[in-house]
Amino acid sequence: MRRRSIAGRKIANALVTAVAGSAAVSGLLVLLWILFVVAQKGLAALDWAFFTRLPAPPGEGGGGLANAVVGTLIITALATAAGVPIGVLAGTYLAEFSRDGRLAGAIRFCANILMGAPSIVVGVFVYTIMVVPVGHFSGLAGSAALAVIMLPVVTRTTEDMLRLVPNSLRESALALGAPEHKMIFQITIRAAKGGLLTGIMLSVARVSGETAPLLFTTLNSPYWSVDPTKPMANLTVTIFNYAMSPYADWQAKAWGASLLITAAVLILNLTARLLARERGARR
Amino acid sequence: MSQPMVDKPKISVRHLNFYYGSHQALKDNNLDVAENAVTAIIGPSGCGKSTHIRCYNRIYEMYKGQVATGEILLDGRNILEPSVDLIELRMRVGMIFQRPSPFPMSIFDNVAYGLRLQAKYSKSELESRVEQALKDAALWDEVADKLHDPGTDLSGGQQQRLCIARAIAVEPEVILMDEPASAIDPVGTAKIEELIGSLKSRYTIVIVTHNMQQAARVSDYTAFFYNGEVIEFGPTTDIFTRPRKKQTEDYITGRFG
Repeated sequence: MRRRSIAGRKIANALVTAVAGSAAVSGLLVLLWILFVVAQKGLAALDWAFFTRLPAPPGEGGGGLANAVVGTLIITALATAAGVPIGVLAGTYLAEFSRDGRLAGAIRFCANILMGAPSIVVGVFVYTIMVVPVGHFSGLAGSAALAVIMLPVVTRTTEDMLRLVPNSLRESALALGAPEHKMIFQITIRAAKGGLLTGIMLSVARVSGETAPLLFTTLNSPYWSVDPTKPMANLTVTIFNYAMSPYADWQAKAWGASLLITAAVLILNLTARLLARERGARR
Repeated sequence: MSQPMVDKPKISVRHLNFYYGSHQALKDNNLDVAENAVTAIIGPSGCGKSTHIRCYNRIYEMYKGQVATGEILLDGRNILEPSVDLIELRMRVGMIFQRPSPFPMSIFDNVAYGLRLQAKYSKSELESRVEQALKDAALWDEVADKLHDPGTDLSGGQQQRLCIARAIAVEPEVILMDEPASAIDPVGTAKIEELIGSLKSRYTIVIVTHNMQQAARVSDYTAFFYNGEVIEFGPTTDIFTRPRKKQTEDYITGRFG
């Protein structure tokens, strides 16, 4: 067997390091570029009026997107209120009650499929069951669509986090005479709390930037709209509409809304990471 | 075999078999556990020591496919019968595990956990019971001023004594210890062994250990397990000074295992 020269191996090593490194840098550059452009154009549009005023008619200038900010908050909050409890309970069922049952396998399979489903498909689905029957768009339908998107994410992270809890903790609780439901809700879930919160935050971050499922369900509104049974203003569909409009003022508002969403997602992600790190330090 | 092997048996095991699915892990175990004494179970890894005591509180039932047959008489009643209430059984038979497993809550709440399951105690009653349990577990002096810190902040040895306090707070009759000191440093181990000595006047203790010196130090009776069978059982001094079976002698003199 012929040995390759050490010099040759060193050159190959340097080459691969350089290629991998530049790939990483170019990926990071694109991300920073996007953030830079969004921040630059968005900051110019963000002022006090943006958060406090209603939209102005096209071409008139001024006004704000207060209705869309509030609308997005309401829609996301309702989606979280529906998606998180169902997802956490479903994940608990998978991890604790039916570890390798047939039903659990089916649920896990469905959750995986649903996780990969394009969000626009979810939007069309909710459109046919919640918009068509009542004859108009609504904030609730949008929340339902977002909840459907959250559901598999929350379910799977809950299951994964609960599985990380060592069985010795479960045995300790049972050995003290705890009934199974108390063992699960007082001990296991509490032990996995940090991970569960991280998962929930990431799933909220994931849906808060969704546009496609809202286009068919909530649509948008130029008015003050806090009634979730009616069409509601929201940031993502506003970005879609305003960015495609010919008015410079609307386009600027779209950048402002983009920055707001990006910042919100960034903050959610960072908080989730901080939580996860704190949990890691505790162990 | 129907005659008791010890003076006052608290637990009598008769023809106990145990299966992990199709694998038989315990074969026809017969053993008596004396009341208010320490019974040690020794043997090489994988010989069924832990499996054996995990039958005493039926904790194995948490897992699918694990089945025990035969009889385990606790004060004369067969606890393997399906009609036995597991919650009641586990309040009578407490357990300490190999790895300290404090619950994700404060030191106080850890010890109070079992008490709160049992009954609705008044705040002062709860406080005095928690204090007593921590004193009995020789931990009170170290944690008295930080009862509301997380139990997970304690050292490994302290965590294990916290688990002991948690187990004795509910005043069980029997305490099962599954290699309670194997994950603990020597100082912590010494404290736990001392503790076992002081607890046996009030509790019946069964301890699984792979450390023969430990078994010799803390126990009154010893059972030697090999391959899922009880090879030899008797007073600890007999087992260690004049074993009847060659396998036992080979093991305690370090020839295998």
